[in-house]
Parts: sequence; C-alpha cells; structure tokens
Amino acid sequence: YGEEAAHRYARMHVAVAPACHIQCHYCNRKYDCANESRPGVTSGVLDPEAALDHVAATQARLPHLRVVGVAGPGDALANPKRSFAFLEGLRRRFPELIPCLSTNGLALPGYVEELKRLDVAHVTVTVNCLDAAIGEAIYPWVFWKHRRRFGREAAAILLENQMEGLERAVAAGLMVKVNSVLIPGVNDRHLPQVNRVVSGMGVAIHNIMPLLAPPESATFYARMGQPVPDEVDLEQVRAQCGGSAHLMRHCRQCRADAAGLLGEEPRARTIPIARSTVSSEIFQVAVASRTGERVDEHFGHASAFRVYRLTPHGVGLMVKQRPVSRHCHGSDSCGESDSPLQRIIDTLRDCRAVVCERIGPDPQDALRAAGIEPVQRFSGSPVVEALSTLNREWRV
Amino acid sequence: MSMVITEECVACAACEPECPTGAIMERKGLYVVDRKVCVDCEGYFDRPQCGEVCPVEGAIIDHKGRPLNASGSLQGTWPKETNDGTVATWRH
Repeated sequence: YGEEAAHRYARMHVAVAPACHIQCHYCNRKYDCANESRPGVTSGVLDPEAALDHVAATQARLPHLRVVGVAGPGDALANPKRSFAFLEGLRRRFPELIPCLSTNGLALPGYVEELKRLDVAHVTVTVNCLDAAIGEAIYPWVFWKHRRRFGREAAAILLENQMEGLERAVAAGLMVKVNSVLIPGVNDRHLPQVNRVVSGMGVAIHNIMPLLAPPESATFYARMGQPVPDEVDLEQVRAQCGGSAHLMRHCRQCRADAAGLLGEEPRARTIPIARSTVSSEIFQVAVASRTGERVDEHFGHASAFRVYRLTPHGVGLMVKQRPVSRHCHGSDSCGESDSPLQRIIDTLRDCRAVVCERIGPDPQDALRAAGIEPVQRFSGSPVVEALSTLNREWRV
Repeated sequence: MSMVITEECVACAACEPECPTGAIMERKGLYVVDRKVCVDCEGYFDRPQCGEVCPVEGAIIDHKGRPLNASGSLQGTWPKETNDGTVATWRH
C-alpha cells in the first residue's frame, strides 16, 4: 500500500494459504520455515478461524492496524477455500479493516468476481516477465488443468493467466499492484518493459524488489550462485521505468506473517529466509552463556554469543555461535564509537534481544539504539527457560 | 495399491483438494493417504494428482516405494554435464 500510509498505519500478513501451484526458482518449499512444521510438529499455518483470532489479538497490540493481507506462505488463490473463508470472516468481524491479497496470478482470472464480492479492494500480482522465454528461467513448472507442465509451456500458461487476471482485476475496479523480482541476468533488462505494459493496463503501483537468495534458503537460485542485485542495480532498473504506475520504494519484503508499521521495521529484523515463507514470525535471540546451559555470562565478558531461533513451535535450534572480541577490557575505552562494542552490535544486528547475566548502562543504550533489547532478568536461569519465556511473551 | 506420503512432506496441503476420491487427509498437521480409498487416480486422471501438484521431491511414493517426483525433477539440478562434455549453465 501507499508510502505515506506505510508510516501511519500498520498492516499484517496472515498465513492461511499454505499450498502453491507453481514453482519459482527463488522459492523452496522444503527449506523455507515450513521445515519447522514437518512431521511431528503442528503446522504454523493458521486455519481461517484461528487466523481471525490472530487478527483480533494483533489489533489489540497495534491500534493502527488498517490493512490485513493474505500473502501465503503459498499462493492465496491456490487455497481458495481457506483464503475466502478467512476473507469472509474478516469482512464480518472486522469491517473496518482493509483486506488485500497477493498471488502469482495463475488462478486470478477465475476469482476476480469473488474478490470483488468480498470487498478485497487491493490485489498484488507478481509479474517477473512478459515473455515465456524469460519465464522458463524463473518458473520450472506450474500445475495446470490436472497436470504438471514444465519449461516454456509452464511459463506461457502462467504469463497468460497473469495478463488476463490483471486485465480483469483492473476492469473490475480493483486497485492492482504488480510486484517484480529483479533477477540480474534474467529479467533486469526486461523489467522496464514490464513496467510499461502493466502501466498501460492500468496497474496503480509497481514494486520492483531485489532477488533474495541466501545460501540457507536452498532455493534453485541460491544453489546456482545466482547473483543478487544491490541498491545500485535496483535504482538503475527503476530509473528506466517511466510508466504511469507509481514505483514503490518502501517495500521491506516482509514475511507471510509480518505485522506492524512498515517504517518501524528495519529490514534486518525480517529474516530473509526465502521469498515465500511460512507461518508466524521467527525471532533470533543472542545469549551470553559460558556453557550454553544457564544465562551466566556478563555481556562485556562474552567472547561469543549463542544465537537461537524462536519459532511458533518453540525454541528452535541454535543458529551458530558468533565469536566477538570482548568489548570490556576493564579500561576506560568502553563505549567509544567504532569500538569493540559497536562491532559486537553489528554482529548481533539480526537479533531481537540479547540475554545475558548482566550488562552495563552504556552498552544497554547502544543496544537499544540498534533496536536490540538487552535482557537481564533471566540471570542464572536455564537458557531454555529464558528463551521459552520470551517466545511466549512475544507471541501474545 | 495406494500412494504414500513420506516424511519429506512439508504439509503444504496442495494435494488434498486435488484427490478425486478424497483419500488424502490431514492428521495432526501431517498429510496421509487412506490406502483403502486411494485408487492411484485410475479411472479419473492419467496421472496421480497428488504427484502432479506436490512441490517436494520424494514426498509421494507409489506402492513399490518409487518416488513420483525423483530428486532433481522439480527444483532443478543444473548445471549438468551435457553430451559434448561441456557444463551447461542453468539458463540453457
């Protein structure tokens, strides 16, 4: 949604749609957070009723909540029963909230009427190209009419439906946004044309965002060492886009379950695991502990922090130990800029909190300024207990 | 004869609505095939629908244990050796 609104109103994504009918090379369903909901663990995806309760809880926490979107973790329209049951409930229970939905567009032509009926005024369609010869380097397959189609045929089916969906959605009076993933060497030179064409079709907003391909995502692109664009590449492509569609520049590439004010969420806080991510938010927490059993180390004495993931299913695995150089050497160098302290903070930037035995007032301030919460109240407690408590508190 | 969902399944639920006999169901967050109900889509479709839509290699196997989607068939395995011995890049 709009740039100004982004800083005034909060939005949330609700993960009610697990299934998807296409494969993108920037997504791997096996290694996104879905592997936290593998056999033996309850799924992080919410059923429509639970999702509505989740909206109520989020609304209580975020009074500025205005927009509620179905953004996966699969494709909203590959899960029509779940998505529409949720949207129906949303309209009934929260008529003041604005529903929106994002889709790859494969099934969009058939659902525009239904979206209109459910007052879904905003639809986002991901369009990465217009040409199947480019599309086959992005989409290895689609499931269409009871068969899996591969290669260029698959891309052609998808692109045709995207175009028809866009056309129908605009004609129905929906506000349509197009997302495009900038993939260097694949569609970078092509995106200005995408911008021109979708603008001509009446698309209101065009959001060109960078490919994310961290190794841990295990996506095809990540495994192939596909280069990702930097800010300069992104701006270069955007500069060539002169269509009427408003170019969105405040996108933070949030997860399928993000919630909050866009302007208040630094990108570092949203963990870029894969484009299509699952279930509820995952937090990272750094712990200062000598053996890993208890919270028994002073922040300034720690030579490494253990970083844990807190998932909706419980305390996750330790990500890794991050060695740092002790910032406190007993001298008066404490707190200087570009000090060891600053380097520690840089190391922990993707963590929501640091749990330690004790921490001095200056480092506390520095951490808070970096958006990391210093936590001392678990001093001496078992690490697992501290993490479970935080995980519970943060998910209320 | 029946398809079987293995522990590779990520519970994305894509297969459930595609099954023509309603043999696939969720049980405690996992998906299972009812052997008594599954007919391998015979008489309905030329290919088992669960195997056609499933996004995860090896998640669905037939009664002989053969995966409907073998390793590399869905996510891609390029670059691979081509016939002339050069290494092809994934972009053909």
